[in-house]
Amino acid sequence: MIITKKKPIEEILNELDSYEKIFIVGCTLCATASKTGGEEEVREMKEKLEFSGKRVVGTVVLDPVCNLQKSKLDLKKYVSGISESEALLCMACGNGLQTLGEIVEDKPIFPANDTLFLGEVKRFGVFEERCLQCGKCLLTNGLAICPLSRCPKGMLNGPCGGAKDGLCEVNQDLKCVWMEIYERLKRMGRLSDLKKINLPLDYSIKIRPGQHYVRRGVLNEQT
Amino acid sequence: MSKLKEKLDSGKFTITAEIGPPKGSDVSEFREIVKLLKGKIDAFNVTDGQGASMKLSSLAGCLVILSEGEEPVMQMTGRDRNRIAIQSELLGAYALGIRNILAITGDYPTLGDNPGAKPVYDLDSVGILLAASSLMKGRDLAGNLLKGEPPNFYLGATANPNFFPIEVELIKMEKKIEAGARFFQTQAVYDINVAERFMKEVSNFNIKVLLGIIPLRSLKSAQFVSKMIPGVKISEEVLRRMENASDPKIEGLKIAAELIRKVKEHGLAHGVHIMAIGAEKTVPILLDML
Repeated sequence: MIITKKKPIEEILNELDSYEKIFIVGCTLCATASKTGGEEEVREMKEKLEFSGKRVVGTVVLDPVCNLQKSKLDLKKYVSGISESEALLCMACGNGLQTLGEIVEDKPIFPANDTLFLGEVKRFGVFEERCLQCGKCLLTNGLAICPLSRCPKGMLNGPCGGAKDGLCEVNQDLKCVWMEIYERLKRMGRLSDLKKINLPLDYSIKIRPGQHYVRRGVLNEQT
Repeated sequence: MSKLKEKLDSGKFTITAEIGPPKGSDVSEFREIVKLLKGKIDAFNVTDGQGASMKLSSLAGCLVILSEGEEPVMQMTGRDRNRIAIQSELLGAYALGIRNILAITGDYPTLGDNPGAKPVYDLDSVGILLAASSLMKGRDLAGNLLKGEPPNFYLGATANPNFFPIEVELIKMEKKIEAGARFFQTQAVYDINVAERFMKEVSNFNIKVLLGIIPLRSLKSAQFVSKMIPGVKISEEVLRRMENASDPKIEGLKIAAELIRKVKEHGLAHGVHIMAIGAEKTVPILLDML
């Protein structure tokens, strides 16, 4: 899931300073789960904006925002609200915001959220980054722990010199991921796997910006 | 040819020391320290943005050392450079006379004085060693041929004898050796038993080991070292000596000298690596105590 965080309301109001009529767009998927852009948050935002003297000319929670063709269709019902607005406030992730930008070409669109990472929901309200979308999954050895996304330095061959008492030098709230890998391999009786050198990643696999399409039913071509 | 390699291979007790380049372009004090230590140590190890703090480059510091007729060890971290920059700097270093390279992943930017910097970490320490080894075989990391005679580096890496569980550190050392490391300098050790245990563990590895020494400067610095260096333990006795000393700086140097003498007398390691971290001018006093 894409984990997002609410921007402070002051920052949002500051961005919207010169606009009075606002249209709000939320998202049913990740932003709903992150509690940053579901029905409830969109309603709260509407109240906050109105309290600050704005006019909210319409709201919609798209299912999800990042599906371009679907959102195009779904937004057709809101054309009058959108055209009446001076600016849009997008309560989805950075991707959703740009999808919206492709549909609504002539209005400024402001983000209500900061997009953090692709992560796991550990439990309600607790998220942890799990994947950097590097383009070639390292987890083919059955490890199920990605050192690239879960180590700030992306160490591929064991802990760095800063790991202390099993904790990360960069964030002491985090366990060093290489200690987790060590313990997991030990449990599986596969400690010798730790001796295998992981070669530097091939970043040419992932060309940014990337575009993929399904051809004859297979999603594997990059243009 | 690396004189450091020659000395270590000869079996003679080897001493290296670390000097941090200045935060600025004036190298006069740096040069002064080199002159103070000239002829007294076997190699000068130049840090590469230690503690993720922006300083004059390791390469430039190494050139000052070369200009004084001494031998440098260039630290190369992966924090600030991708594989293209690392390889081109390695080639440049070799062309300018640098023979010893110490590969380090590097401290994270948020720990330093430019916390907003974008970290790179394209290569970790093992990756840097692989890149250097590849250059030594006449090819870059992608396999492209190099022109002319390939560089001939003496490659080093770091290890921490205090790391727990030591098994993890030993496996990482094996990987570094496989990637080309021939000498290791260790994180600071204050306990001869820790050093002994560690050396026993690595006795099968075909490497040279320089045990790390950080002279204590005060009781506070002892606490700082314990906090900063993963796993490091400073004994009650050493702490008491630091507390009761009339001149803690001298006491710290004495403690370091005693440890170095023990290492030397027992043939425990192939040498020591002194890290004075800003107090490089006290290193000659320490050397005189040996």
